[in-house]
Amino acid sequence: MATRIDVSGLTAYYGKFKAVSDIHFSIEPKSVTAFIGPSGCGKSTVLRTLNRMHEVLPAARVEGRVLLDGEDLYGPGVDPVNVRRAVGMVFQRPNPFPTMSIYDNVVAGLRLNGVRKKSLLDERVEESLRGANLWEEVKDRLGRPGAGLSGGQQQRLCIARAIAVEPQVLLMDEPCSALDPISTLAIEDLISKLKSSYTIVIVTHNMQQAARVSDTTAFFTLDRTGDPGRLVEMDRTEKIFSNPTEKRTEEYITGRFG
Amino acid sequence: MSSEPDGPRKGSSRNDTTVAAAKSASSSDGARVKPADALFKNLTRSAGLGLLALIAAIAAFLVLEATDALSANTGNFLTTTEWFPNGSPPVFGVAALLFGTLLTAVIAMVIAVPVAVGIALFITVYAPRRLATPLAFVVDLLAAVPSVIFGLWGLIVLVPRMEGVQKFLTDYFGWIPLFATDNGVVGRSIFVASVVLAIMILPIVAALSREVFLQVPTAHREAALALGATRWEMIRTAVLPYGRPGVISASMLGLGRAMGETIAVALVLPASFDISWQVLSPAGNTIAANVANGFAEANDVGRGALIASGLVLFVVTMIVNMIARAIIARRREFSGAAA
Ligand SMILES: Nc1ncnc2c1ncn2[C@@H]1O[C@H](COP(=O)(O)OP(=O)(O)OP(=O)(O)O)[C@@H](O)[C@H]1O
Ligand SMILES: [Mg+2]
Repeated sequence: MATRIDVSGLTAYYGKFKAVSDIHFSIEPKSVTAFIGPSGCGKSTVLRTLNRMHEVLPAARVEGRVLLDGEDLYGPGVDPVNVRRAVGMVFQRPNPFPTMSIYDNVVAGLRLNGVRKKSLLDERVEESLRGANLWEEVKDRLGRPGAGLSGGQQQRLCIARAIAVEPQVLLMDEPCSALDPISTLAIEDLISKLKSSYTIVIVTHNMQQAARVSDTTAFFTLDRTGDPGRLVEMDRTEKIFSNPTEKRTEEYITGRFG
Repeated sequence: MSSEPDGPRKGSSRNDTTVAAAKSASSSDGARVKPADALFKNLTRSAGLGLLALIAAIAAFLVLEATDALSANTGNFLTTTEWFPNGSPPVFGVAALLFGTLLTAVIAMVIAVPVAVGIALFITVYAPRRLATPLAFVVDLLAAVPSVIFGLWGLIVLVPRMEGVQKFLTDYFGWIPLFATDNGVVGRSIFVASVVLAIMILPIVAALSREVFLQVPTAHREAALALGATRWEMIRTAVLPYGRPGVISASMLGLGRAMGETIAVALVLPASFDISWQVLSPAGNTIAANVANGFAEANDVGRGALIASGLVLFVVTMIVNMIARAIIARRREFSGAAA
């Protein structure tokens, strides 16, 4: 199920603006990779190229290759819809469908895949909500609107929605930035648990979080505003936080970034 | 001279009611009310009350006129289909008119709303930006054009060409009672009137629906796409459910216009007073068209009768709006208003 990712020569544009340039890296199956770096360096952009969500924006385009278990996501004839079914995504702000109940939110992806059987849906709802550590809190009100939950619960609902379709990879863009410390811990626990089944990539501004949850850390930066972002280095998380190779990385993680 | 020290003196010279209102307001909510606030509050309150009084006066006048006519009526106003308010004795009823009003409006909605929603979706979701911007501009522009212009266009250009469409419908779908005709005779029918009405309300419904779909947060659209939704599936999971209340409201506005439209319908329909479901046959009339047709020659009873029919239209419009509100309110907690 879990999948390795190999990115090479990845360059992403917003219209004429080159947001990130010539990125190369590899991600091991069933690992957690953290993207860190200053604001605007292109972490979200790179993340969104991994499930072809980048090109959803008008005039946005991508060059280079992203291999998922050896298969190029940007190869000819690859349908982005299928890519997104295989690579799930959790956004910075919790975004459950406001018009749907908790239950319907969780099965939204399954219904898109044509699953109609009630017993199967019921089963997957419980499974996914348990997987997202939310089942106990919502099992008595599955018919209530998803938007009526707390922010942290909504974010776990979004995680449940993403894992309900059993993707191979789970992308998370600052999933805790809108949450309180308790909810953040709940999500971090969840990430450690999900690691056993999914390849996870998480963008975070929180160094402690990156250190706590990730196996590998990638540090991105940009040299000057207007320049494209680039990957400075990527290594085992302990190494990045204790003894990084690049001076820029050390400056950033020790807070001396200028 | 600065205006600051002037404030209190001006305040004290204002009339007593304002000051009293300010006092009572400040005592009721325990906060100090500034003179300007009190003045504004009184202005808005008197404007509001004045408007209510005006409406009440108009309603009273209309009801009075209508009652006179209704008491002279020898038929049952609600069930009679004929309309001879100027005869002696006068006999008239709103049944056929109301039937025609509702039927034309409903058919017009059935035609216009899906097309309008389609246009709005095309502009907001499908069209590339280079095309979407001018298209949106054109639709907004069309929505601002008085609907009678479209009505005239429909009458002059469309109605003469409707013969073939109607013949086709009755030839091939005549087995559906709605499309049946007497010996294949089609003409200036409820259907033609409905098409003209549909054209008239299309731009406003499309323009409002576009606004509604624009409000759908990018976060919800991306949530659907990230789950592997195609564009159409994204519309079904995120855009349409979120826009539903807005589209209902837009449609109700269109329905109100369709039911109230006078001249275009009056010019199309032969003004016959019968209740028939054969929408392709040359027959039918509506309340609004009947007012336009009959007001000039009406005597006192005739005028009262028309006013009574207008009041019926008013009540029906209100009921329709209340139903729409109820539909929207039924799923309010799922509306996304909380998100
Ligand atoms: N929709 C967009 N249109 C145009 N430019 C964009 C868009 N989104 C991002 N950019 C630009 O691309 C660059 C990288 O943005 P990105 O959002 O990937 O940064 P980030 O590292 O995720 O920042 P943050 O930590 O603040 O989320 C920035 O210069 C940004 O201004
Ligand atoms: Mg970002």
